[in-house]
Amino acid sequence: MSELQLLTWMPLVPLLATAGVIATDKSPNVREAVTIIAGVILFALVVTLAANIDWDNPTTLVLAEPLPGLRLAFTPEPLGLLFALVASFLWPITTIYSIGYMRSHKEENQTRFYAAFAVSIAAVMGIALSANMLTLFLFYEILTLSTYPLVAHAGNDKARRAGRVYLGILIGTSVGFLLLAMIWTWHVAGTLTFTQGGVFSDEVSPVVLSVLLALYVFGTGKAAVMPFHRWLPAAMVAPTPVSALLHAVAVVKAGVFTILKVSVYIFGIDTIADLAVSDWLVGIAALTIVLASAIALRKDNFKARLAYSTVSQLSYITMGAMLGIAAGAIGGGLHIAMHAFGKITLFFCAGAVFVTAHKSKISELNGIGRRMPWTMGAFAIGAVSMIGVPPFAGFISKWYLVGGALQTEQWIAVGAIVISTLLNAAYFMPIVYAAFFKEEDPQHSHGEHGEAPLPIVLALTVTALATGLIFFFPGVPLTLVDQMVGG
Amino acid sequence: MEHLPVLVVIIPLLTVPLCVLLDHPRLAWLAALASSWLSFAAAVGLVLQVSDTGPISYLLGSWEAPWGIEYRIDVLASYVLLIVTAMAALVLFAARESVRKDIPEARISRFYAAFMLAFAGLAGIVATGDAFNVFVFLEISSLATYALISMGKDRRALSAAFNYLVMGTIGATFILIGIGFLYMMTGTLNMADLAARLPEVADTRTVRAGFAFLAVGIGLKLALFPLHLWLPNAYAYAPCSVTAFLAATATKVAVYLLLRFMLQIFGLDFSLVLMPLDTLLLVLGLIGILSASMVAVYQGNIKRMFAYSSVAQIGYMVLGVGLATTTGITSAILHLFNHALMKGALFLALGGIAYRIGSTTIQDFSGLGRTMPWTMAGIVLGGLSLIGIPSTVGFISKWYLVLATLEEGLWPVALLVLIGSILAVVYIWKLVEAAYFGTPEGNPEIKEAPLSMLVPMWALVGANIYFGIHTDLSVGLASRAAAVLTGGAG
Repeated sequence: MSELQLLTWMPLVPLLATAGVIATDKSPNVREAVTIIAGVILFALVVTLAANIDWDNPTTLVLAEPLPGLRLAFTPEPLGLLFALVASFLWPITTIYSIGYMRSHKEENQTRFYAAFAVSIAAVMGIALSANMLTLFLFYEILTLSTYPLVAHAGNDKARRAGRVYLGILIGTSVGFLLLAMIWTWHVAGTLTFTQGGVFSDEVSPVVLSVLLALYVFGTGKAAVMPFHRWLPAAMVAPTPVSALLHAVAVVKAGVFTILKVSVYIFGIDTIADLAVSDWLVGIAALTIVLASAIALRKDNFKARLAYSTVSQLSYITMGAMLGIAAGAIGGGLHIAMHAFGKITLFFCAGAVFVTAHKSKISELNGIGRRMPWTMGAFAIGAVSMIGVPPFAGFISKWYLVGGALQTEQWIAVGAIVISTLLNAAYFMPIVYAAFFKEEDPQHSHGEHGEAPLPIVLALTVTALATGLIFFFPGVPLTLVDQMVGG
Repeated sequence: MEHLPVLVVIIPLLTVPLCVLLDHPRLAWLAALASSWLSFAAAVGLVLQVSDTGPISYLLGSWEAPWGIEYRIDVLASYVLLIVTAMAALVLFAARESVRKDIPEARISRFYAAFMLAFAGLAGIVATGDAFNVFVFLEISSLATYALISMGKDRRALSAAFNYLVMGTIGATFILIGIGFLYMMTGTLNMADLAARLPEVADTRTVRAGFAFLAVGIGLKLALFPLHLWLPNAYAYAPCSVTAFLAATATKVAVYLLLRFMLQIFGLDFSLVLMPLDTLLLVLGLIGILSASMVAVYQGNIKRMFAYSSVAQIGYMVLGVGLATTTGITSAILHLFNHALMKGALFLALGGIAYRIGSTTIQDFSGLGRTMPWTMAGIVLGGLSLIGIPSTVGFISKWYLVLATLEEGLWPVALLVLIGSILAVVYIWKLVEAAYFGTPEGNPEIKEAPLSMLVPMWALVGANIYFGIHTDLSVGLASRAAAVLTGGAG
């Protein structure tokens, strides 16, 4: 397959899967098979593209040109490929997990669920491949809209309210700030194409650039920088597979991916370093890291704790991008992948506990490790990776981030990482301890249950293993992010 | 071919007596439909001809201008004619079923007669190059419109029509007085001639007073905030096909008049430098966008909600004109086209819903996502276009408008415009949530709207996306028309 064909098929395969899912509404087994097969094909396509790409002159696929010079176009790019690799690898695994979860939980409207899921993945592919800000914005909005039915899935008052918060913040920030920043960039620079080193000429005043950068960072609501983070905890009413893949990986990573792309290819790392506002943004990201971790510590609801942990971890990436140094961007880029494997594992575990033991509170988990050793074992691995202890994925990206922060002498950033690491340990390790070493609490009797259904165990084992393996074989992500910063 | 400028108007006008004479619901509909499509074909011919050879001048009865009446079709006029005729053709295509349900059978042929009269009037306003003729056609279309609105099923349609009659008549009178003042000072009614003679007498109180009368009169027709009070009820209680037609065309023609009179006849210098019309339009446009969107959020009747949304959208166009730059005016003209596509699609979809469930209140939308999937999908896409999601026409409009404000350094205005979009998300999503996640109560027997209503609605929805990606036609015509208006050339 030529590069052009690969670029065409990457978003098309999940879209075809959507059609297939709707067509096979009546027979659930075929329906899920369609999603899994599509996922495997998609991953194969992304791998083929990553393996054969010629970075010096990548192909561009122009979909349309709505206004002169303003195109909807795809170009493969290292960070985008990394993002696409992660998302397409985890999609079939999440589908396997979904089979166990959705059926044990007897969820309704499963066809709508799988269809919207596939559209979301198509949107992620569009984001990952976008050649310019306009294309990215288009798929960013499609991703918001296609995940809305997943958030409001239950259809009860609580889910509908959460859906409103979700849509309100994500569309509000993107239309109010991101779109404004985009049109402003077009007005000032005359292009929105992602360009190595940035698109602004030297004449553009630093004040305008500062305002633009702030608009981009806050306009990307999916990156959940405070005070625009509330949608993420709200989205936790969705079924757990959605929280796992979309709200720990695809959607939130689309946000920080946007911020990284903007800082590397619209502003350029050096420009960021010169802007005074980036110090402020580092500060806000640092604040988000610490505050969100502190909130996570106080949450007894399992998924809420994980959600706030995600808010905190996302700001690592935003902070890395705002440091204005290659190591920061590299750390941020790596963290997109590293955090993904760890966090999806944690969510898989939370969902496994929920469908098997019907527990959603952390205080009820005493002794559960003995009944669900695989699940809680995987949880321990995910938690350790989150904290950033070797030999797990989280360590690598944290290493680069701390390095970048030290080089730029951003002591706030260093402090935030250190404090948050301690807080990570403080809110994850007690869960592991309680699960394995505390006695079962008779008040929250576990009833007679054992390990989670097989598809669930299978999925969370694979992601936990990946969390470890990627520490020993970090070659692919490292090469890709190096390529991004022009190394 | 040379008679196209007048044919666009004459064809619908002649259909009026035909409809009355036929006095048969089905035949009257067929006649109206056929003539609207013929008229559309004539408009397409005009667009091609104008872009080929430049503005066309047609002398009625071969009387030389400025003594006789001249029909003058330039880029802007051909563009607005295209919108008006296309919308009439599509709305009439969808109208048959819903009219049969909304209007007593004995009055159906007269309904189509009034419809064609309103259509002919609107087309006439755009085609003519004579200021007094504008007033005549304006009255023709307005009187027909009052009749059309009063045919609504709800008894409140009568008071809505009366309300519009009073306001509309005030507006028309103001326009007539304005034209009279201009005639007094220049002795001519031909627009091109007026434009040539006005600068000499620009510095007189009479001309200024004439300008003010025209501005207020057109503002009333346009439903420019705060002169919009007639619009929500008129749209809400008129029969659905009438609402769809009016929303897509009547206010567009009023914007056309605003551009024609203020920018071409009086000229940029007079309207914007001597008289502070730009500031006025900018401020009123902005207040209109924000306040009408806010009110739309709290409407329980969806037809009223979209009516308020129309007032807000008029604000976007007026704001574009108020910026008084080529980009700003381009954005206004562009939004003319794009808004006709969105509101046409949305009101046609509402027509389908009203046809099936007899109501357009939000409570009755519960569960429609399942029972009327095609109609609701159309509303969602039309709504996304209204919000301005990329790859829809709404995005293109917003892009140009925000770009125009940024070019002038007015970034707070840009932010306010985008806040207007966010408000659109709020009211559109109320609808989506009810339709897809609401629990239907009672009647589960609702069926999808009839095909004859779905086809034109989806044609418009498709156009919302097609012209959101391929903008050669809309942006091309709009920017050429704007260049002519700001360049001062005829």
